Amino acid sequence: MRQLHSIAGLAIALLVILLGISGAVLSVNPALERLATRVPSGVSVAALVERVLLHYPGAEQIQRTRSGTVIVYYSAADKSGAERVDPMTGEGIAPHAQSPVSRWVKQLHRSLFLDTPGRVATGIAALSMLLLSVSGMLLLVNRVGGWRQLVRPLYGSRVQRWHAEVGRVAVAGLLLSALTGTWLSAATLGLIADGAQTEPDFPATTAGGARLPAPQLSALVATDLADLRELVFPDPADPGAVYTLRTAQGDGYVDPATGALLALRAHSRAYNVHELLYRLHTGEGLWWLGLVLGLCALGAPWLAGTGATVWWQRRRARPRIPGNSTAQTAGTVILVGSENNSTWGFARVLHDQLRKAGQRVHTTPMNDFSSRHRSARQLFILAATYGDGDAPASASQFLARSSRVEANPATGMVVLGFGDRQFPKFCQFAKDVEQAMIAQGWHPMLDLVTINRQSTQEFARWGAAVGERMNMPLVLEHTPVHPTTIALRLRERIDYGLQEQEPTVVLRFGAEPAAEPAGWLNRLLGRRGLPRFEAGDLVGVIAPGSPMPRFYSLASGARDGMLEICVRRQPGGLSSTYLHGLKPGDCIDAFIQPNPQFRPASGRAPVILIGAGTGIGPLAGFIRNNAGRYPMYLYWGGRDPASDFLYEPELRNYLSDRRLSQLHTAFSRVAGGVRVQSRLREDAEHLKKLIGEGAQILVCGSSAMAGSVRQALDEMLAPIALDVRSLEASGRYREDVY
Amino acid sequence: MKKMMVGACLAGAFAIPAVADARPVVLTTQLQNYGGNGAYLAFYITDAAGKYRKTLWVAGPKAKYYKHLSDWARGSGLKASEFDGISGASVGSGKALKVTVEVADALIDAGFEIRVDSAVEDGRDSPADARTPLTKQGAGKPVKGRGYIQSFTYDL
Repeated sequence: MRQLHSIAGLAIALLVILLGISGAVLSVNPALERLATRVPSGVSVAALVERVLLHYPGAEQIQRTRSGTVIVYYSAADKSGAERVDPMTGEGIAPHAQSPVSRWVKQLHRSLFLDTPGRVATGIAALSMLLLSVSGMLLLVNRVGGWRQLVRPLYGSRVQRWHAEVGRVAVAGLLLSALTGTWLSAATLGLIADGAQTEPDFPATTAGGARLPAPQLSALVATDLADLRELVFPDPADPGAVYTLRTAQGDGYVDPATGALLALRAHSRAYNVHELLYRLHTGEGLWWLGLVLGLCALGAPWLAGTGATVWWQRRRARPRIPGNSTAQTAGTVILVGSENNSTWGFARVLHDQLRKAGQRVHTTPMNDFSSRHRSARQLFILAATYGDGDAPASASQFLARSSRVEANPATGMVVLGFGDRQFPKFCQFAKDVEQAMIAQGWHPMLDLVTINRQSTQEFARWGAAVGERMNMPLVLEHTPVHPTTIALRLRERIDYGLQEQEPTVVLRFGAEPAAEPAGWLNRLLGRRGLPRFEAGDLVGVIAPGSPMPRFYSLASGARDGMLEICVRRQPGGLSSTYLHGLKPGDCIDAFIQPNPQFRPASGRAPVILIGAGTGIGPLAGFIRNNAGRYPMYLYWGGRDPASDFLYEPELRNYLSDRRLSQLHTAFSRVAGGVRVQSRLREDAEHLKKLIGEGAQILVCGSSAMAGSVRQALDEMLAPIALDVRSLEASGRYREDVY
Repeated sequence: MKKMMVGACLAGAFAIPAVADARPVVLTTQLQNYGGNGAYLAFYITDAAGKYRKTLWVAGPKAKYYKHLSDWARGSGLKASEFDGISGASVGSGKALKVTVEVADALIDAGFEIRVDSAVEDGRDSPADARTPLTKQGAGKPVKGRGYIQSFTYDL
């Protein structure tokens, strides 16, 4: 679905931009037209004719547009003209002429000035827009977890959020425009009937005799002005001529001598359908709808731009595997479940070595697993674990997907887990995957092996074992490659609890070299040499001598002009000791790891921030950037207010300027000490109320604390039939846990 | 324009053996600067009472809009056989159309008229926009149109 959405969107983006902008420009016409005329009710065509003839005795034709403008074509003496008239008086308002600008835009919108090929192109664009609206809506529903959640605040990177935010507002209008536009295109190209009929048969005979004055013709007396399309007066020089009357109901002739309606041909059903869709598309006669559709149409170029950006970002983030065979032809399939792409490095080494041994190998994210991969002789699953035993990003849907893929007993399956023994649920996801696959009927060729902290030795050992099973030498030498790092210079450090065993420090880095922003574009964008990031994203720091990066949650966004993290010194922790040893002016190598799901949702719903210890970092960053003064409530647990009340002056500041609504602290190492979950329980009534109002909860801290918080919240939410799981499912509960 | 004329001449060339006493007639039409999309025009011959006789030329690519050339449409019944091979592109605002058609000698100086119907999208339909008797004397003398046509001339 996403692929369909991306491909269709990219293919048609330029056309959609063009049609969206031109459509929005055209959409104001019906409203302008309506403003410039009066639309009386209960006036008959005969009455209008009487008024018009007072001012234009030489009237030859009267037209009424769908928007209600009345145009009189007349000839007087030696000249002829067209005039917009006031239907109340028959007086001329202004000469009738179509504005060349609006004609130009209309031509562009309909055919791109390319006539039939252009009409085909715009028709295809309309059809694609229909496809995009539907698929986009389904993707959004899928993302927020159901139709009822559609109005809920959104998550994701800034561009993703803006794409979805505008999309869900504009989708109704775009859907209507695309649907009606597709229909009109198909009708113009003759693919479906537009209901156009030939003229009614011309009356063979008329009554003849003296002509009645037009206002006395009974057919005109009986026709309401609102139904009038066109009235053509008979040629005075032609005795056999009649009036031609076109109305909303049909076309016919009026006998000038008797006033009788002759040979009326009623509009066909196809015509009426076409007419309705035309009005819905153009807003003619429905000026307010026109304006709404125009606003929505403006969303189209925006969606095309942000959509292309999202696609590009996702594509760039996806690791490339050189010499990847297709799923169907590969004898070996490697599935990769990775949160921050480090597992892809291992997968690439395995891929290359198997290829060297003459295998055809297909490597793909675990989320792509489908029955196309059934026929592989070997199926490798390289799965990292994220957070508290959860699936990493590229495997988030794997368990659901794998249950739909029928097992192939002839395939040799191998699961390799990646994790960190510091976490209680070490390699839990890999274990879950292996269990699920075996339950499904897959046969393991080798039992689950776990790799601790990206150990290259353990990986090489596993490779040897796999090679033995496959009767081929398999030498897997992996040196972890990290994303391109940037140099950051420490500008400032704020120490807390220096006398304690595990002191905490807030570090503020600037770009190195601290160059002035070069070029007008950078100045305009306010870039200060820092990469793009937001509070809640992660920074990977590689300590000298460490094989792998450590990730810290960012307490600032690039717009704050600095990169801020909050670090507690872990006993024996290579990276935290390294960071604690930094002096202002020292430099580190680091890279940004986006973490778009951990972020306050857009919107006015309250935000409940819960954290302990250094978990306050990103939370403080969210509060700092709460420029809209949305309600934010912070529950934070520390040890001792005297030594580690992190961010105390800043938080007081935020409280006084209402960036923070309430601050609840809990300190554990004081007399009568409590933890943050106790504070939550004390404040249960208030929290229940906030959650009932649609509040969103963001938790940051150790996994032990996160577990206690979950438990406390589950207990207090049970009476109102809610729990953390369901909040999580609807995107209202997010954790950043270490 | 050139292509169209070649087409017209070709159509004429094939028609010559069939119509024995016919001569080429050059129709020249100058349009007003009405500022809209290309105009559809139908050139045809009627008798003095306005009864349709024969189509000379239709300018406008899409037959589905021909019904707006209302007098001609009524007269010809919009039968494709009436305008087969004698149609071409529409004529832009302020532009001129020059086209050569075949007219039987018997129709000249015999009380017939040349009429031109015109129609433009989003504008009024203008049946008998220009009309002039088909006579040797009238040849080369421009007549004014009532609608989109500024002037119309035929040369025998």
